[in-house]
Amino acid sequence: MDTARFTSKGFLIPGIIGLVILAGLATLPLYGSLYNVVLVTTILMYAILTVSWVMFSGSSGYLSLATATFFGIGIYISTLLLPNTGALLPLLVVVLIAGLGSSIIALGVGALTLRLRGIYFAVFTFGLVILVLELFNWWEHSVSHIRGRFVMLVDNDIIYFIMLGIFVATVLTYYFLQRSKFGLALRSIGENEEAAAHIGVNVTMVKVITFGISAFFMGAAGAIWATKLTYIDPYVAYSVNYSFLPVLMAIFGGMGQIYGPVIGAVIFAYLQEKFQTEFPYYYMLSFGIILIVAILYLPNGLVGLIQKIAQRLRKGGTGEEYADT
Amino acid sequence: MPESIVTILDVAIGGLLLGGIYALIAMGMSLQYGVARVLNFSHGEFIMLAAFSTFTLHTVVGINPLLCLVIIGPVIFLIGVLLHRTLFHELSVRAPNVDAYAASSILASFGLLFIIQNLALMGWGADYRAYSYLNFGVNIGGAVFSANKLVILGFSVAIGVGFYTFLARTRIGKGIRAAAQDPQTASLMGVNINRVLALCFGFGAAMAGLAGVLYSMRIPLNPSMGMQYTFIAVIVIVLGGLGSIPGSFIGGFILGIIGEIVSYFDPSLSLAAYYLIFMILLLVRPKGIFGK
Repeated sequence: MDTARFTSKGFLIPGIIGLVILAGLATLPLYGSLYNVVLVTTILMYAILTVSWVMFSGSSGYLSLATATFFGIGIYISTLLLPNTGALLPLLVVVLIAGLGSSIIALGVGALTLRLRGIYFAVFTFGLVILVLELFNWWEHSVSHIRGRFVMLVDNDIIYFIMLGIFVATVLTYYFLQRSKFGLALRSIGENEEAAAHIGVNVTMVKVITFGISAFFMGAAGAIWATKLTYIDPYVAYSVNYSFLPVLMAIFGGMGQIYGPVIGAVIFAYLQEKFQTEFPYYYMLSFGIILIVAILYLPNGLVGLIQKIAQRLRKGGTGEEYADT
Repeated sequence: MPESIVTILDVAIGGLLLGGIYALIAMGMSLQYGVARVLNFSHGEFIMLAAFSTFTLHTVVGINPLLCLVIIGPVIFLIGVLLHRTLFHELSVRAPNVDAYAASSILASFGLLFIIQNLALMGWGADYRAYSYLNFGVNIGGAVFSANKLVILGFSVAIGVGFYTFLARTRIGKGIRAAAQDPQTASLMGVNINRVLALCFGFGAAMAGLAGVLYSMRIPLNPSMGMQYTFIAVIVIVLGGLGSIPGSFIGGFILGIIGEIVSYFDPSLSLAAYYLIFMILLLVRPKGIFGK
């Protein structure tokens, strides 16, 4: 029964922890310093990108590298609707439009490409980032003759609250998507696409729609992130790092549990804020090393590792034979 | 000759000169993907690494860039073999199936990309570097090309043909071709599969290295230049049919000519044009022009 599921211990404790963290985050501007508010905004941005990436790629097994495209489209929609000369539309409306815009493009791209299997899809989405970057470059260079754009200033607390709102919406969407029939269909695609198609799942539709939903959050996050940037050009907006970092964060955190990607995002976004400006090369170098180590030795991420250790402790320290169950 | 014919000749030869490098880069990636099953996104970083090494060896030590081919090629070959023996072999042992290996090896190659690129940034800095070698004009039918471009084309074709002969005629080459078709059956027939895969990865890296040495003669170098060539290589191997070595060689020239034609109208659109071709190709004929 549904009520039994929602009142069971398995839901209650994580639910309470989640609410406490949310309450702490929602009141942060009251007690936190400006630095902390800005830091947590960055962390939330990466958490949104990571969770929305996992929403599609984690379940379906299709490696998407298009995150930077959808995020960048959100940034550019902001530059058009929120120029520093005055906002054309209210901030929240722009965020929604950016989300929808990214979503529509994702639906188009998805409908075209999600028939492609595995490696082709990864290659295609990676190329998409470069194509969009080059097209915007060309457009700014040859058509609009505007090099570098500026977005209007927005109060840091407002940016923070909108980012937090998008983050909560992303996590809730992921949570309910996973529990729905739709999420089940997506996971069955990830396990065995032919079998899923045989039992009557409309595989293309499920993949395309989920891809579209995940792009909504990426675009919305991009739109609000744009107000934090002082200078925007295609290289800033469509940086391939926005495609790679969420993948690393998700792998490092572990995709088996909903909080895995969030933990990965928190750790890396924090490290990035601390080290990127001062030691950019060392930061990116360690990023590469950690990515390889995580792929080799942490197949289920940090969360998987912790669960494994907890399992061993519960079995009295001799749980070698249970380690992989 | 009339102006328009000179222009067409200009663009066609320019395309061939560019295509030689693309062919070499793509052949390397095709070996790594077609045989070793690693879609190596750090491929371009080996080009960058070799190009910068040539720059340093030439400007600091004073070694002739062409001599660098026989120094840097083998070194990068060894790096490639070692990488496969350690990292990619380990990944293939751990992966439950072929698809999982494809995904984990792509991600590992992204890791390599960041490692190599940032080591280069630490070593050489973020500025553009260039040197001048064989930089005088040669007149071909009214159009003038710099001599180093012609030398690059000559070496690219020689390396490509040489490697193809190696694959076709030698015992190891036969092993490689067998492994490309069916790794399991090949290993049953007595091919040391781990060795062949590591060799292929090494040869692939070495070709990127040779391309880097050659290309450093004609372009300014920057530690973040690699990605662009990885991307071009991916397009060419899809164009030529994934895993087909002759296909990627010819595909390189085709892309070079297309690039020159687009650049003739608007140089800033050539990468975008590559991608559009690639997109259409993936959707219409994912097996590539020469794929079976």
